[in-house]
Amino acid sequence: MPEEVAGLVAAAQAGDRKAFDELVRVTYLDTYTLAYRLTGNEEDARDVVQEAYLRAFRGLKRFRGEARFSTWMYRITANCASTHLGKRRRHRHEELTDEVVDELHSGADPEASLEADSLRAQLQEVLRGLPPKLRAVVVLRDIYDLPHEAIAAELGISESAAKVRLHRARRKLREDLFPMPADDDACNDRDAHAV
Amino acid sequence: MQYEVLNCEDVADVLADCARGESALPVEARRHVEQCLRCQAEVVQYRKLLRALHKMRTELLEPAPGLLAEVLVGLEVAGERQALRSALAGKKVAYIGGIAAAATAAAAGGAIVLVRTRARRLAS
Repeated sequence: MPEEVAGLVAAAQAGDRKAFDELVRVTYLDTYTLAYRLTGNEEDARDVVQEAYLRAFRGLKRFRGEARFSTWMYRITANCASTHLGKRRRHRHEELTDEVVDELHSGADPEASLEADSLRAQLQEVLRGLPPKLRAVVVLRDIYDLPHEAIAAELGISESAAKVRLHRARRKLREDLFPMPADDDACNDRDAHAV
Repeated sequence: MQYEVLNCEDVADVLADCARGESALPVEARRHVEQCLRCQAEVVQYRKLLRALHKMRTELLEPAPGLLAEVLVGLEVAGERQALRSALAGKKVAYIGGIAAAATAAAAGGAIVLVRTRARRLAS
């Protein structure tokens, strides 16, 4: 698969339009999956995929092959999703908020949520419920394994801001997936004394 | 040796990095976690969470039909525009070249006329 993609990239860079179409055919499900995870809905994900391939087409000559084509596409997709969601927020002032998460948890059984199968399903839901800014960093870092530097560059934020968002996102996901019982003396700070 | 006493909140941000294997816990944080059941539970939860996230990497979501066709049509249109732009750019170069050649010829002609006029004046 990577060899096939590398061959298609080389042909497309040499001006073969059909090779680029084939490249789209081979990679679009992966790109769509990332776009959907970043935007949280089908309509926006489709727009982002369209825009991402147009940008890739226009910028293909600049792709040097230092990273994999898929990683390059992830970065373009992340950048498009960030721009797209930014525009949408300016127009509609709408964002997925905690309301969605509360709704998801209203009928959830905390014990059942610990089972492996339901964990995955529930993770998809709580991920969708995260605010887009937090969702983007955790998706790009913990699912797609992009470095902090690349995430910061594509989202137009500083690396330290990306790290802060990542911590917040992970914590929110953990708290939503594994709700803790009310604070008791489980945290035995007394034993953490200086030695 | 004296160590700083940390609480759960102090170590909260490094637990996930530690669970992901990105960094080792600093000594003070490790001392706290070793004694704190709640933080130990959080590390386990982060491991489960990060494992589940990592597994999502290989899952592909299926879009509603038509996306591939939409993308390819979009590229087709973009490709045509690009070709048109290149063609126009080529014509533009030829056009500008023509104008430049005509201007040079006109200037040369003008210079010849000027030289001849001066020569006639001097002769008369």
